[in-house]
Amino acid sequence: MKVLLKGGRVIDPSRRIDGAQDVILEDGRVAQVGAKLSPRGADVIEARGLVVCPGFIDLHAHLREPGREDRETIATGTRAAAAGGFTAVCAMPNTEPVNDNSGITRFILDQARAEGAVRVHPIGAITRGSRGEELAEYGDLKDAGCVAVSDDGRPVESARVMRRALEYARAFDLPVVDHCEEPALSERAAMNEGPVATLLGLRGTPAAAEAMVVERDVLLAELTGGRLHVAHLSTAGAADAVRRGKARGVRVSAEVTPHHLLLTDQAVKDSDYDASTKMNPPLRSEADRRAVLEALRDGTIDAIATDHAPHTIDDKQVEYEEAAFGVVGLETAVGLGLDRLVAPGLLSLPQLVALFSSGPARVLGLPGGTLAPGSPADVTILDLTRRRKVDPTRFHSKGRNTPFTGWTLKGAAVMTIVGGRVVWQDRR
Amino acid sequence: MTGYPHRHLLGIERLQPSEIAAILDTADGLREILDRPIKKVPALRGKTVVNLFYEPSTRTRASFEVAEKVLSADSLSVAAAASSVQKGETLLDTARNLEAMNPDMIVIRHSAAGAPHLLARHCRAAIVNAGDGAHEHPTQALLDALTLRQRKGRLEGLRVAIVGDLLHSRVARSNLWLLSKMGARLVLCAPPTLVPPGLEAFAPVTHRIDEAVEGADAVMMLRIQRERMTGGFYPSDREYHLRFGLTEARVKRAKKDVLILHPGPMNRGVEIASEVADGPYSVILDQVTNGVAVRMAVLLLLLGGGAEG
Repeated sequence: MKVLLKGGRVIDPSRRIDGAQDVILEDGRVAQVGAKLSPRGADVIEARGLVVCPGFIDLHAHLREPGREDRETIATGTRAAAAGGFTAVCAMPNTEPVNDNSGITRFILDQARAEGAVRVHPIGAITRGSRGEELAEYGDLKDAGCVAVSDDGRPVESARVMRRALEYARAFDLPVVDHCEEPALSERAAMNEGPVATLLGLRGTPAAAEAMVVERDVLLAELTGGRLHVAHLSTAGAADAVRRGKARGVRVSAEVTPHHLLLTDQAVKDSDYDASTKMNPPLRSEADRRAVLEALRDGTIDAIATDHAPHTIDDKQVEYEEAAFGVVGLETAVGLGLDRLVAPGLLSLPQLVALFSSGPARVLGLPGGTLAPGSPADVTILDLTRRRKVDPTRFHSKGRNTPFTGWTLKGAAVMTIVGGRVVWQDRR
Repeated sequence: MTGYPHRHLLGIERLQPSEIAAILDTADGLREILDRPIKKVPALRGKTVVNLFYEPSTRTRASFEVAEKVLSADSLSVAAAASSVQKGETLLDTARNLEAMNPDMIVIRHSAAGAPHLLARHCRAAIVNAGDGAHEHPTQALLDALTLRQRKGRLEGLRVAIVGDLLHSRVARSNLWLLSKMGARLVLCAPPTLVPPGLEAFAPVTHRIDEAVEGADAVMMLRIQRERMTGGFYPSDREYHLRFGLTEARVKRAKKDVLILHPGPMNRGVEIASEVADGPYSVILDQVTNGVAVRMAVLLLLLGGGAEG
């Protein structure tokens, strides 16, 4: 099968391409990128006025299957991904049971093959059961298809265990993804510690609880030579630790979520304790938000990731401190990036595309993230003029828990192509 | 009734000074009813009020119940289990069940900050916050203000020290809003471990109680919430009392006619010495009477008063 994407503006940050080009996809691979390519034998997709990008990759999504299919399944989560412009998602291991062995990994990949709309890259657990004690079997996990290890929402509390994980993972070249948070300082916290939490009477976790663990992990990565990836970085101190680590040549990378780039803890107050503003790490102060944005602009942060965390209404429609942590993000991330980061000039369009494609691919060593000939025929097509209002009732995800309800976003993914096949398009 | 344009009373934060004054004026006018031989007026006849208490409470709940009875509202009190999640029925389900009985108002006390806001979003009834976690306790601040205003004739310009567990106290937050909106000059005092970030935006914070009490027109003592003191916020009750407790010697630094307030229940010998609590400047029992008047005012202003019309 051969497809010609004709007349679009091709942005491929991996090869510093930004211009009017055609793209030919053939047999699941990118065959050719160039001016005025022949349509012979190809299905033509008219891309004039649109932006053609390497397929977007989300480094951090919770697909909930197996175990919490009431919140999301691989089928619904990957449909949400496709609708949001993602051609691949990394599936976090906090399933029930935890993805700490090759059996679960294979199950996830089987489900993804059978029902998935986009590619799924499973992330295995750092420790058995994500209990923070014994290492999981990284060799098995890698062979079964895991692209990294993480204990996800459960920070690796012991420096000894984290050290061993970074060391041992080197044998399989697996990055270790840590949720950096000192549990002793964040016990029972519902939001960021600061003046807003004080007024709301909610227990907060200080920014230092994140920064100190990022500092620790960067030092451990330096000590061991392991690959560290900092999940959902949200504080100035953490950004600074990563920046200094990179400057010293430590193998460290980091991701940030759209909500930490665009919202602060004031949103908790403005929403009157609506739990769609509750996630971990929590929305931070304006100073942290600006520092994280700066770290994104200066290259300290490698990728934008959603931390897509679908919950049921029952998980969320309770007292704020009882509500589950997490917000959905797959169907809003790209629109938020275009409307709130690119349109105001905070990022260039190629920068944003890189943060969704070549950046995440580099962090975890994934195929894709590029339109180089021979790479997977995964393409995300953007329409910079398309306006959409965030309406959770129309999400493909089972989760409705977004803090962005009602936001009108200009710019959207309008077509998602995986392996040369159109898996989603927004018919006007 | 005019002067109170809101449907609920969730906190002091969003009230205008004129609205606070309206509640206090109304309470002042209603207080006289409590001295009558027959303490009952028909103002809220036919109105139904549910008191939904998720936390144990003696005085607040009794105070609301008395206020409801004096105004002839039909009321029922529900003491619910500590945590709705543990109990199996969610807060919203409980509230919706009560709503099916068509109450005009739900008075809620809950250990979780924001619980009244959740009800306000999903219920038709007027919601009155009777204390939510460490967030607000608006009727307590109103009764404190009423007491101060009765004794001092004004709130503006009064020097008021708020001393004690500022971290966990909803009473402190409501009073901070109320007294700063009404122009009182505040000073806050607690050990640094019990001062949450951001309070310095309201008022100077000191860790020396002598400084806080110096020249005060009123001292508001906050209860040390020993049941929440899991984190070792201070080394011992003994040291707390020595360094941060209100003793007779310290009261002497305040103005001669200083008023001592305490929302109760008191930890005698910890944050307050018995001689002070029972002393001549203590208006702690006045506060209780004013509590009924303030709650009557809130009921009346929110439920419109009298028959439908």
